[in-house]
Amino acid sequence: MRLNYPTDIRIVRVPCTGKVDLLHLLRAFEKGADGVYVVGCMEGDCHFNSGNLRARKRVEQAQAILDTIGIGSQRVQMYNLSSGEGPLFAQYATEMHTRILELGPNPIRAGRREAA
Amino acid sequence: MIVADRKPVEEIIEQIKDHDNILILGCNECVTVCEAGGKKEVGVLASALRMHAMKAGRDVKIDEVTLERQCDHEYLEEIRDRIDQYDAVVSLACGVGVQFMAEKYHDMPIYPGVNTTFLGATEKRGLWTERCQACGSCILARTGGICPVARCAKRLLNGPCGGSSKGSCEINREVDCAWQLIIDRLKALGKLDEYEEICPIKDWSTDRAGGPRKVVREDVQL
Repeated sequence: MRLNYPTDIRIVRVPCTGKVDLLHLLRAFEKGADGVYVVGCMEGDCHFNSGNLRARKRVEQAQAILDTIGIGSQRVQMYNLSSGEGPLFAQYATEMHTRILELGPNPIRAGRREAA
Repeated sequence: MIVADRKPVEEIIEQIKDHDNILILGCNECVTVCEAGGKKEVGVLASALRMHAMKAGRDVKIDEVTLERQCDHEYLEEIRDRIDQYDAVVSLACGVGVQFMAEKYHDMPIYPGVNTTFLGATEKRGLWTERCQACGSCILARTGGICPVARCAKRLLNGPCGGSSKGSCEINREVDCAWQLIIDRLKALGKLDEYEEICPIKDWSTDRAGGPRKVVREDVQL
């Protein structure tokens, strides 16, 4: 299964999506990421019971904050799949990549250049 | 504990719009437990404010510090040597901490980052409910451990009003009738006869009606 997906995605491995904190998501944007998506196990299948449900809540919190400060909630997204769904992983990567291309770069990068 | 709720980020952005060096000051006590003003919330707010400033092309310095408490001199003193670097502080402590901070650092603008709400308990994560109004003269011994001052909308002291229906208060079906709870508990304790005792007129001078209050303990003062 030699699947292709966009190369400008950086994967950060975590033991469970429950490890992903709201602060991690916000810091990624603060450091200039154009988009962040979290890929967790199927809901109901978490080895730690509620890790992926916690991640979803945190993604929703990040979306609310990004909307408030004008960066846009579409730049952060939660996805769920099982470990056997490689094609879906590639599909989500492409989907997110296309969305970010449409949205353009993280607006704080333009602001930072202006300040400098 | 003192329960607080986060202020909308937009409101804080508006408050600090004229400042370029800002300290976000959290508190490790009550507001940490109710997830409104602890180290985590300081980080989240600071990150949001930094991003908002960067997006607007402003060069704003926003630092994060969380003190053990903001309602004690010794902890507030911990920032004395660095407070001068900032031109404003957003305190995520309760109203007590914000005011104590303002008293101690008289020339520094202090903005509240939370809305202090009530004295309450954590029923479950994300749900805090009021239990005490700090009336200064506790009557819980007579009311089965359930406070009619805090939990009855009318603060009635001698049984429910006519608005009590099937255990709910007339102001909202989701609010328990405090007196129904009291009677149920007195029954469970086998003390229902105490319900018949008339509660005398309460001395409200210990409540807020008597103005700002103080507790003086000369036995512990040095």
